[in-house]
Amino acid sequence: MKQTYLIKGMHCASCVRGVEEAIKKVPGVSDVSVSLPAETAMVEFDLEKVDDEKVFSAVSGIGYQAALKDNAGSDDLEKEKNKDLTRLKKKVVVSLFFGALIFWGSLVGQNFFLQLILATIVQFWAGLGFYKATLPALRHRTANMDTLITIGTSAAYGFSAVATLFPGLIAQAGIEPMPYFDVSVLVIGLILLGRYFEAKARAGTSEAIKKLIGLQAKTARIVKDGKEIDVPIEEVVVENVIRVRPGEKIPVDGEILEGGSSIDESMISGESIPVDKQKGDKVIGGTINKTGTFTYKATKVGSDTVLAQIIKLVGEAQASKAPIQRIVDLISSYFVPVVIILAIITFVVWYVFGPYPAFLLALLNTVAVLIIACPCAMGLATPTAIVVGVGKGAEKGILIKDAESLEIAHKINTVIFDKTGTLTNGKPVVTDVILVSEAYPESGKKDPGQARMTEARRDDILGLAASLEKGSEHSLAEAIIQKAESEKITLSKVEKFKATPGYGVEGEICKDKVFLGNRKLMEKEKIEIYDLRFKIEELESQGKTVMMLSVDGKLAGLIAVADTVKENTKEAVEKLQKMGIEVIMITGDNEKTANAIARQVGIKRVLAEVLPDQKEAEVKKIQAEGKVVAMVGDGINDAPALASANIGIAMGSGTDVAIESAGITLVSKDLRSVISAIELSKKTMRTIRMNLFWAFGYNVALIPVAMGVLYPFFGVLLNPIFASGAMALSSISVVSNSLLLKRVKI
Amino acid sequence: MGIISEDKIIVAIVGSLGIIFTWWFFLFKKEKETAVEKEVDIIVSGGYSPEVISIQKGKTTKINFIRKDSTDCLSEVVLPDFKIRKELPLNGKVTVEINPQKSGEFGFACRMNMYHGKIIVK
Repeated sequence: MKQTYLIKGMHCASCVRGVEEAIKKVPGVSDVSVSLPAETAMVEFDLEKVDDEKVFSAVSGIGYQAALKDNAGSDDLEKEKNKDLTRLKKKVVVSLFFGALIFWGSLVGQNFFLQLILATIVQFWAGLGFYKATLPALRHRTANMDTLITIGTSAAYGFSAVATLFPGLIAQAGIEPMPYFDVSVLVIGLILLGRYFEAKARAGTSEAIKKLIGLQAKTARIVKDGKEIDVPIEEVVVENVIRVRPGEKIPVDGEILEGGSSIDESMISGESIPVDKQKGDKVIGGTINKTGTFTYKATKVGSDTVLAQIIKLVGEAQASKAPIQRIVDLISSYFVPVVIILAIITFVVWYVFGPYPAFLLALLNTVAVLIIACPCAMGLATPTAIVVGVGKGAEKGILIKDAESLEIAHKINTVIFDKTGTLTNGKPVVTDVILVSEAYPESGKKDPGQARMTEARRDDILGLAASLEKGSEHSLAEAIIQKAESEKITLSKVEKFKATPGYGVEGEICKDKVFLGNRKLMEKEKIEIYDLRFKIEELESQGKTVMMLSVDGKLAGLIAVADTVKENTKEAVEKLQKMGIEVIMITGDNEKTANAIARQVGIKRVLAEVLPDQKEAEVKKIQAEGKVVAMVGDGINDAPALASANIGIAMGSGTDVAIESAGITLVSKDLRSVISAIELSKKTMRTIRMNLFWAFGYNVALIPVAMGVLYPFFGVLLNPIFASGAMALSSISVVSNSLLLKRVKI
Repeated sequence: MGIISEDKIIVAIVGSLGIIFTWWFFLFKKEKETAVEKEVDIIVSGGYSPEVISIQKGKTTKINFIRKDSTDCLSEVVLPDFKIRKELPLNGKVTVEINPQKSGEFGFACRMNMYHGKIIVK
């Protein structure tokens, strides 16, 4: 057998020779080929004599390290599969051609001995695989589809061979010595044809993961000591500085150090519009740099990268089992033995009660029962749909943790959205800067002290506030500073800065005492708000947080800060509601702010002032109302709530895909992908149900027909050749139906 | 109705015995459990040998699948509870490492779910 190992510690060609020779010395090794750039050794050896440990110790004996390479030789696997397909094709062509000859021969009265030769070739060359699968299975006391085909075709072939070689013997038993070689040959031919098409179709089901693997870059251009060198992707380490030019693939995850560009992340997030990135922004390996050139620092490499984690997640989800599959498993564990029993019953009943020629009818009907039964369609019904569905999701930035999550998602009738960061952008921005004079001009007239401030400009308010906030760490401070920076306002020097948690900040700017904070701060400092409180209340009712700025004991202006609603939130909420799904918002904000945001996006039910640790309990309360709940959050702060919902949906930041508590992770921040995920689940489930209906319905309907239940009423019998055709079609139809999932719009 | 001929009686009796045998042969087999310490080779040929293995909870166990059967169905092994699906090249060895945290019985099967094996975690 062949095995690929990872070899660590090789630097030069002589290392390669050394490793090769060391492995070759292991008794039982027939061939070794070591690659320095790939750091691998391909070893061919005799399984009886050699195991991995022997190779490891041979390599470590000369000072290198060997390890098993995961996914080793996927190219070899591909080649082997193609070879298998070619072999299968040859068998199909020969069997069907011989079958046609025999069929034509039996019409025109051909020589039975010639038929016997052709049929023997097909039975034991083309059909060898069936025997090879059946005999060891019988040793395990298990039965499978091959068992049924082997028994069925052997019975037809065996009888025909005896009828050809010893016609007298058969005639003596009162049976017409008529061989049925066309049955055994065409049944094998058609079943192999079905397998050929099924194998071809099946290759298409795992296309998505192959595409993901294909996204991985092969090399990276590292900047070191002022020089740029191309290195294989495996050699890139964290902290390496990498340069990316326009049109190139970004090799690993990292953070932009210099330059900027527009980056196409559609392959990861499913979002078709390229994202603009600047210094400090994160980039994802596997995405494509469109326009600019930049350098960035690698932060995640190898199996830690977002892409590697997505591949792992998708692979795992495709291997998992949907709950609906459990019942199928139970049925299929009894299926083959039951079919064999039905075949025996068919033979006995036809032989004992059937019309003349009873034996021949009994034989042909028994063969038909064995051949028509198709356990493989049942076995393929669920997994093929799951593999295609999960793959389709990954293409759209919807990462499904397991088949169970995909199955549950279609039952959702309530979606709870966390507010901050999910419905909103999660970053407060300055929405209003209001001068006292603008908001309430008369106040200036009433109070002479205010007059000075009426002359102040809007920029001054923002400048003073930003100068003060420079020293603060409050999240609102960042919004004000950013606004001032974006408007290119020069900040002033602050003296005697002091922050009072729960109130605000203060300091001296140009000898003026300046306060910035909430109403409590103003009250504490005995600064009059006058009728401006109406304006403050108005802003607050819009969900904004209002900060007041006073200069020299007088109110100078207001700055309102709010978290903005994401662009597509309203549309997504409306669509969900149209689908008959109740949308609920959950937030730690006060009711006023919460209601304001809810109104903006059209959400009717709001759970406000819920502390992070209470979210889980709120989710459970809603479940207790009998709802199937999806909780949508960022997956970090609300992990317990996500885990307790029927399904947790994490809106990823695009960097943390392996969110454990979430059944579904959405790479994109667009809320519409929640709808896509539910749609995907609905469509996958529809495909699974359709597949199961066909697979079961097919067996339930046609096995009795093959047994001959229609014969007493309509004189209808099922020819075993038709049975094999139908059975081949059933597997193909199930796989093809799953493939149709690739085309659905979500 | 006339008298049922001898051959028909024989066919009926042999058939009935066949039914009983089939039921017994496939559905009443005793599972032989192989206790595994650290690593086990499972030969994939017409099924899995050993078919039932028992391993310890919380310990990493290496399972090497060695496929010697060209049946297409066996070309993939699926351990759904561990979310593992691996292609098995013919005459190749594919290692799967599991570290179960729950005890119980976990099945594995070929991709068409026709051949089965079981991992018992104790």
